[in-house]
Amino acid sequence: MNDQRPLLEVTDLVKHYAVRGGILRRRVGTVHAVDGVSFSVGKGETLGLVGESGCGKSTVARSVLRLVEPASGAIKLNGIDITGLSKAEMRPHRRSMQIVFQDPFASLNPRMTAGDIVGEPLGVHGIATGRAQQQRVAELFAQVGLRPDQMKNYPHQFSGGQRQRICIARALSLGPSLIVCDEPVSALDVSIQAQVINLLIDLQRKNHFSYLFIAHDLAVVAHISHRVAVMYLGRIVEIADKTELFANPRHPYTQALLASVPIADPKAKRLAPMVDGDVPSPINPPSGCAFHTRCRYAMDRCKVERPALVEAGEGHQVACWLNDGTGRPQENP
Amino acid sequence: MMEAKTEDTVLDVRNLQTVFFTNSGLFRAVDDVSFSVRRGETLAIVGESGCGKSVTALSVMRLVPDPPGRVVGGSVTLEGTDLLSLDEAEMRDIRGNRISMIFQEPMTSLNPVMRIGDQITEVLRLHQEMTAKEAWAKAVEMLRLVRIPEPQRRAHEYPHQLSGGMRQRAMIAMALACRPALLIADEPTTALDVTIQAQILALIVDLQKTLGTGLILITHDLGVVAQTAQRVIVMYAGKKVEEATVEDLFANPKHPYTRGLMASMPAVISFGAKTDARLNEIPGMVPSLTNLPPGCAFAPRCRLAIDRCRAEYPPLQEVDAHHLAACWRATELQGAP
Repeated sequence: MNDQRPLLEVTDLVKHYAVRGGILRRRVGTVHAVDGVSFSVGKGETLGLVGESGCGKSTVARSVLRLVEPASGAIKLNGIDITGLSKAEMRPHRRSMQIVFQDPFASLNPRMTAGDIVGEPLGVHGIATGRAQQQRVAELFAQVGLRPDQMKNYPHQFSGGQRQRICIARALSLGPSLIVCDEPVSALDVSIQAQVINLLIDLQRKNHFSYLFIAHDLAVVAHISHRVAVMYLGRIVEIADKTELFANPRHPYTQALLASVPIADPKAKRLAPMVDGDVPSPINPPSGCAFHTRCRYAMDRCKVERPALVEAGEGHQVACWLNDGTGRPQENP
Repeated sequence: MMEAKTEDTVLDVRNLQTVFFTNSGLFRAVDDVSFSVRRGETLAIVGESGCGKSVTALSVMRLVPDPPGRVVGGSVTLEGTDLLSLDEAEMRDIRGNRISMIFQEPMTSLNPVMRIGDQITEVLRLHQEMTAKEAWAKAVEMLRLVRIPEPQRRAHEYPHQLSGGMRQRAMIAMALACRPALLIADEPTTALDVTIQAQILALIVDLQKTLGTGLILITHDLGVVAQTAQRVIVMYAGKKVEEATVEDLFANPKHPYTRGLMASMPAVISFGAKTDARLNEIPGMVPSLTNLPPGCAFAPRCRLAIDRCRAEYPPLQEVDAHHLAACWRATELQGAP
């Protein structure tokens, strides 16, 4: 899967937001939303990005599409660095990356028909107009499991799951090589969630594009991803093959996250929270390893030195000082 | 029926009917729902959006907005008192005192311009004879009980100064301040991160055990149900379609909807075991309550539906000991996949 050049390569991505206060709206602080994040996504691969609210996962998604401008770092799509491109230069690349948002109620124009919403990118990029566009839209509708006769309906006439299908059809319309999914099923009911996840998996099998799949629900991410990256306060703390990550989590935060998911099996009762306290504010993130304030294994070194993301096994990277940076707690502490 | 009224019963709801009158017609948000909760017991009500789980809770609290909604039938008995026969003043004495509720979004249920300590003090002084000083001390004690660090200092803070998890803790402190017989928690952790969710759930279960409160936990998350509840009600389109102990429900779900729900969840237990296998999906979508099909509301989405399902609504029957299901085929499908 990863033998050729990756489709997307993100290196040292940094994005800060200014916090302004007072009458003069002076800069009083900085939100370290994304603080040096590197990862890659292979062709036809799904990289899951998990983390709790405020960890910067959505900012990563938006930076990759250059919907927000990163402060520094490089984003390479098919080997071309798109970070410095002007709006006009960006345009041809926009065709190959699309995004599906969380809230299908907010991301569709209520005054356009579903058919026009899906067809709009085709017109904008001059790919198809008139009858040809209508025909292409009908095909897209069929692909995502909607009926072509629903093209003339307005968004309010669709249910949440169907609206998300419209968003997916629109993302598909330009034949992208990367689709960023930002919490695409979080707003949906469980039975509908399964329908949309299945659709996303089927479409990838058929079209071989890549997903950057962002979600807070570990079960959903575990299900759809090939590899998973775990974020905490603007940094990736662990990244590995899905099977490896869930079978053998190394970072204490990943371990806590996995242990916190309620298991749908009454025999496995185990409501023992692994971490205390709240996620610290990204305005003044803790020094050293940002997780040290909640980590049960924290050592002096963790408070001052920030651990880098290093190789700790095949394709398994972890940022933790434990056991010489392998992230593994010692057998007999 | 399954639960005979016993000494221990805190809440007994019989044949509850709540309807809404809207422009597009009358719909039955809660249709003939019965259940009971014992002291120290956790009853989970599960279902997807629009199934009537929240309206059931609001009906018990007598908080259904009227108009457009109204409780039109059944009885709600809390510690021997029929709540539906009380006037508004009598009901106010009970709410927050004998029965409390916590909601999904603590920010919208806390008063943003009142200090946390004052909000708890207000509840205490409304229902119990206490001086301001005693009530404040009790409020601080409640904040300590819900494990808010530095409770003396936190009591002086406003809701916006607390994190989401801390706010939910403050809500719980307020809800439990008068030691109610029954606590209703409506999606109490849905807005919280997963590590915070684990903390709050552990706290609720722990306090409930210590205080002996009956708990109704409303949720869409079967994982939360399995980890916290003793008994479970599954609702679909305003009706109770299954009721069982949590062990029976997960080991042997009887209603095709319950089975579908369980199969459509990505299995956390097999984390990463299978690679991008398809999930079992329930086809179609939740029907609109204004336009319910005749017969079983789940029939149009049910793979097992027969003609009878489309014509007649199946009664709730005891399929196994203490295990109720409303399905024409529940008995014949015993043990089938």
